[in-house]
Amino acid sequence: MIVFRLYDPPFPLFTCRCLGDTVLMDSLIRIIRQNSAISHADLARQLGIAETEVSARISELESDGTILGYHAVINREKWDADTVTAVIDVRITPEREGGFDRIANRIAGFEEVQSVYLMSGGHDLMVVVEGSNLREVASFVADKLSTIEAVLSCATHFRLKTYKENGILHALEEAPERLAVTP
Amino acid sequence: MKHRIAAHVRQIPKSGIRDFFEIVQSMKEVISLGIGEPDFVTPWHIREAAVYSLEKGKTGYTSNLGSPRLRRSIAKYVERHFSVEYNPHDEIIVTVGVSEAIDLALRAMLNPGDEVLYHEPCYVSYSPEIALAGGVPVPVSTRAEDHFVLRATDLEKAITPKTRVLMLNFPTNPTGAVMPLEEVGKIAALVVKHDLVVLTDEIYSELTYDNVPHHSIASISGMKERTVFLHGFSKAFAMTGWRIGFACGPTDIIEAMMKIHQYSILCAPVMAQEAGIEALERGEQSVERMREEYRLRRNFIVSSLNDAGIACHLPRGAFYVFPDIRCTGLTSKEFSLQLLAKKKVAVVPGTAFGMSGEGYVRCSYATAMGQIKIAVERIADFVRG
Repeated sequence: MIVFRLYDPPFPLFTCRCLGDTVLMDSLIRIIRQNSAISHADLARQLGIAETEVSARISELESDGTILGYHAVINREKWDADTVTAVIDVRITPEREGGFDRIANRIAGFEEVQSVYLMSGGHDLMVVVEGSNLREVASFVADKLSTIEAVLSCATHFRLKTYKENGILHALEEAPERLAVTP
Repeated sequence: MKHRIAAHVRQIPKSGIRDFFEIVQSMKEVISLGIGEPDFVTPWHIREAAVYSLEKGKTGYTSNLGSPRLRRSIAKYVERHFSVEYNPHDEIIVTVGVSEAIDLALRAMLNPGDEVLYHEPCYVSYSPEIALAGGVPVPVSTRAEDHFVLRATDLEKAITPKTRVLMLNFPTNPTGAVMPLEEVGKIAALVVKHDLVVLTDEIYSELTYDNVPHHSIASISGMKERTVFLHGFSKAFAMTGWRIGFACGPTDIIEAMMKIHQYSILCAPVMAQEAGIEALERGEQSVERMREEYRLRRNFIVSSLNDAGIACHLPRGAFYVFPDIRCTGLTSKEFSLQLLAKKKVAVVPGTAFGMSGEGYVRCSYATAMGQIKIAVERIADFVRG
């Protein structure tokens, strides 16, 4: 698995312990979570495995449903500035058979809905909705969401500004100055 | 007006890295693999703790040895990571970086003419610091085929009746070498046999990869009483500019170091000390995150250089690779200067780290992956001619 060409040391230095499979997969997933646009060739060099193996591993992750999709994180100040995002706290009546799942899936099915989470605390579901304007979101809440029989209440909060999203800061940090060569 | 500068200061040669820095600084759009500090900014929780300490008005002197709370944190951290117990009351001193600690220890221990051994290629300051403290620097070469590990047999040949101190720096700047336990044991035995004191600079100790453990010589039985253990925050916690480090050792040596420190420095900056407490007590996750990033970059740079035809061993520690550039027929200095002029990539000639660095250059991978990628492509172009 290790493809580095190392000098053969004449006296025993270390027993070369190959990285375990889980460690490798952890690293792979961590890298593509941060940068899914990375090339397989670069991944191969960083992980110390062959490019063909990287491709095989990724197809496997895609086909077994571990990797569900890839997204770009867009700065909304620069693109789609009018898009409206709302976070809605929803209280629902759980059902005897399905618990929260059936209702949650029903809500998740709407195209306007970006994310649905089952939450602890005062509300049951947190629903993130996106629309091209305020009216679109409002009508989704009034016509679709609150009319579902099991839905008891909705509290809608609109996004005013994004500071950090999916681990990425939206205000670009100025790179601090570094000396060109240091000991 | 002649000889305003003391003879022993005049005798110290200008740093090779300094010359090179001047040239790089005068050029534009250079990608530098010549930087010996993390490219990460100090983790936010550490910066935030320092800001909070300022808000609370912590702006005065601390004890000469460093704030008691920081010394207690250091004692716990060193015990947990290095398996050596130090008493925070009188066996630990907080210094302005490890550099000050080295200077203090050498000045505290050396009489004029005492010989100090150190392994080469090594950090640029060791030889001048020894000379400034009145000692005689005696380098012991290490070799690429040993992965730049210090061999006890080579060390023993350099020991004379005048040898007082052995300086160690593993993981090593510039080679990334890590010492296997077996060899540390052999060196410890030599130190006892010849009644030396070890000055061990373990600033890169958190940065080892592939499950290769770091072994502190201080943790070997019988070594604590003849070892001054030096460590700091700069590399693992990305805190170079805070200028804070520490020394742990036998009471008599720490007491002597404190004497010099209290008259010349008084105490390390209080803000940096406060940040240091946060780093040691809650910094583990940040270190882990940075270490993993360094590991990936190391893999990338080693495999790219080897593919370009430049032999580069896989270093197990620090954040440097030390490739062999002899295949180009150039000296280290020629290689570095020509690479800079033709391809605008800065690497540091191996000779900046001692004569045994000839034939090698140091490339730091404490630089963003994107930059490393462009730099190695340019190096590959350069080698192809």
